[in-house]
Amino acid sequence: MKSGSLQVDAHGRLRHFLSIEGLGHQLVTDILDTAESFSGVTEQTVKKVPLLRGKTIVNLFFEASTRTRTTFELAAKRLSADVLNINIDASSAIKGETLLDTLRNLEAMHIDMFVVRHGESGAAHFIARHVAPHISVINAGDGRHAHPTQAMLDMFTIRRVKGPEFGRLRVAIVGDILHSRVARSQIHALNILNTGEVRVVAPRTLTPADATTLGVHVFHNLEEGIKDVDVIMMLRLQRERMQGALLPSEHEYFRLFGLTQKRLDLAQPDVTVMHPGPINRGVEMDSQVADGPHSVILEQVTHGIAVRMAIMSMAMRQKVSTAEAGA
Amino acid sequence: MIALRKRVAFVIRGGRVIDPSNGVDRTADLFVQRGKIVGIDTAPPNFSADAEIDARGRIVCPGLVELSAHLREPGQEHKATIESETRAAAAGGITTLCCPPDTDPVIDTPAVVELIRQRTDQAGYSRVVTLGALTQGLGGERLSEAAALQQAGCCGLSNARRPMANSQVQRRAFEYAASFGATVFIHAEDHWLVNDGCAHEGAITTRMGLPAIPAAAETAAVARDLALVEHTGVRTHFCRLSTARAVQMVARAQHDGLPVTADVAIPYLFLTDMDLVGFNAQCHVQPPLRTIRDRDALRAGLARGTRSALCADHQPHEADAKLAPFPSTEPGISGLDTLLSLALRLIDENLLTLTDVIERLTIGPARILGLEAQGVGSLSVGKRADIVVIDPERPWRVAAETLRSAGQNTPFLGWELKGQVTHTLVGGKLVFQRDA
Repeated sequence: MKSGSLQVDAHGRLRHFLSIEGLGHQLVTDILDTAESFSGVTEQTVKKVPLLRGKTIVNLFFEASTRTRTTFELAAKRLSADVLNINIDASSAIKGETLLDTLRNLEAMHIDMFVVRHGESGAAHFIARHVAPHISVINAGDGRHAHPTQAMLDMFTIRRVKGPEFGRLRVAIVGDILHSRVARSQIHALNILNTGEVRVVAPRTLTPADATTLGVHVFHNLEEGIKDVDVIMMLRLQRERMQGALLPSEHEYFRLFGLTQKRLDLAQPDVTVMHPGPINRGVEMDSQVADGPHSVILEQVTHGIAVRMAIMSMAMRQKVSTAEAGA
Repeated sequence: MIALRKRVAFVIRGGRVIDPSNGVDRTADLFVQRGKIVGIDTAPPNFSADAEIDARGRIVCPGLVELSAHLREPGQEHKATIESETRAAAAGGITTLCCPPDTDPVIDTPAVVELIRQRTDQAGYSRVVTLGALTQGLGGERLSEAAALQQAGCCGLSNARRPMANSQVQRRAFEYAASFGATVFIHAEDHWLVNDGCAHEGAITTRMGLPAIPAAAETAAVARDLALVEHTGVRTHFCRLSTARAVQMVARAQHDGLPVTADVAIPYLFLTDMDLVGFNAQCHVQPPLRTIRDRDALRAGLARGTRSALCADHQPHEADAKLAPFPSTEPGISGLDTLLSLALRLIDENLLTLTDVIERLTIGPARILGLEAQGVGSLSVGKRADIVVIDPERPWRVAAETLRSAGQNTPFLGWELKGQVTHTLVGGKLVFQRDA
């Protein structure tokens, strides 16, 4: 089954939000437009709308994350939903209880939506395929596969800063492409929005096989990769990459792939610098760049709430209307 | 109805008898008595049949020989048992199954060989032969008592999919096996290059973000092992090749006169890494499904190969084993039920002739296992009567209720296939007959 048919119903409306891949241009634009309308809400003194009142959303995190979970929690609360956070340390999960057992138990508590983060690729698809039909699943990151809400907030941020014409933009994604679910989702989103050129920049050890099949140009040299680009999207480098013989040291990584002010001068004068956070200062980029005038890193965080509100309400709206149609 | 599992005298009348090992393909009657084939075309003097099988319009051929069937017993009886799988094998026309040594306990002592033999005899369906462990406990470090295992009846030695500690152990194991003329069955995988991978490294893993296994994991291992075969002269069989390059390397080695053979598992002829899209855990196998190019090379190698074999690579699982996110599902496909029909499909796809298909399912694997002298894989007067009768046109649909293996884990669910076994004889006993 294609992810498209699993996450979108026969009328093209969102049922689950699992992956950017397979979404249409119209749906992606609708999400961005809806997020735009919610960004007003988050700036009011009373930061709440009653759209999901009475609904129960569970943040089901099998992988530790404070930042993503917090923004999902805030987004749900601003939609007036009840939110429950469940953190399951996969390594200490009770032996014998499968992921499916965990789901069935939660389903029995009449949950309306799962926001899932899991260390294995395909986990969100697996859950979406096996939950009761009235439950929506939002992927908050699965293995190396996808982190679609992050990519949507990145697109929202680019659209805010650069305007809606993605066709005239050159975008470089820099860092550990191989292990990055963020990069995969960003690439799909940028291509759906018809971005002029999408580049990935990484050493060979962190570039996935046949990367060009994703619709990107591949660079192994940062100076060449960011030359004349309009947007630079940096990725977080995990410390454990030094152990797997993928990189010699953080020092050498920074020397070759670290974003410095000097290198930034190779890009367009109005280049925008992004990072999904948390930043390793002095590894992926200089503090000077992270805190400098081109950086929109904190705006990304702010936009994350409106974008997640949009996605959650759209996935639930479909359920509400289905329930009404049935009644 | 004929009494099942009784050793009676049979005449199998009017079928198209195909026996590639003897170059036979003609309409003939087959006479079976006291477990053996006693006549083809004409009955021996004083023969009187207790039962007759009408094989008109059907194919009569040697029982199929499966090179790799994980029966899950001893050790994993929640997945399947010797009884459940030998019964499924009989219905699939497979009369001899080879069980790899990674049972629990592993097959590294004659006692385990004997246990499997007893259970098989108790079940009374198809015959099971075993491969002995190449190293103690399959640990990859200390040699197993290979001579004792061979004496106990093991057809060869293998370390299954467990890694050898280093090339020196591999070399010594090859040399030791060579001293008794034992065949070593190799799963060519470089353990370190496989790492935590679960799918073929390429465009699909790149899109899906799955931990990847490069083609080099297979080719690096094949290259090393061929060098050691050349050095030691051991007779080797490469199990389940998955890459175009490895097929080429083994063909080259055969051309150079090295004592090597290879097989391909049937799912690899029909599926590729593209079937993983949507995270279909039924396509999680090891070695991984590779590209269309690799699939086509495996097909070409099978068609060309005079010393090749087809197998099911049967790995039955309980449902839960596949109910998890893709990387943490257990690899493997339950294949006994679909082996014959999928193989027959290769005729419609113009890859093989009917004789080729039967050859690669009978005498081909029997020779690899060294069982041809016992008459396994052929129909010879005076030899054991392992015979199947096949209705080659009979259509069926792969569905949970049509599968007989305890493992229903197959990516072929929903496929419309044709060709079904109507009768299976093992050692002259009718162990399966299909209701009309």
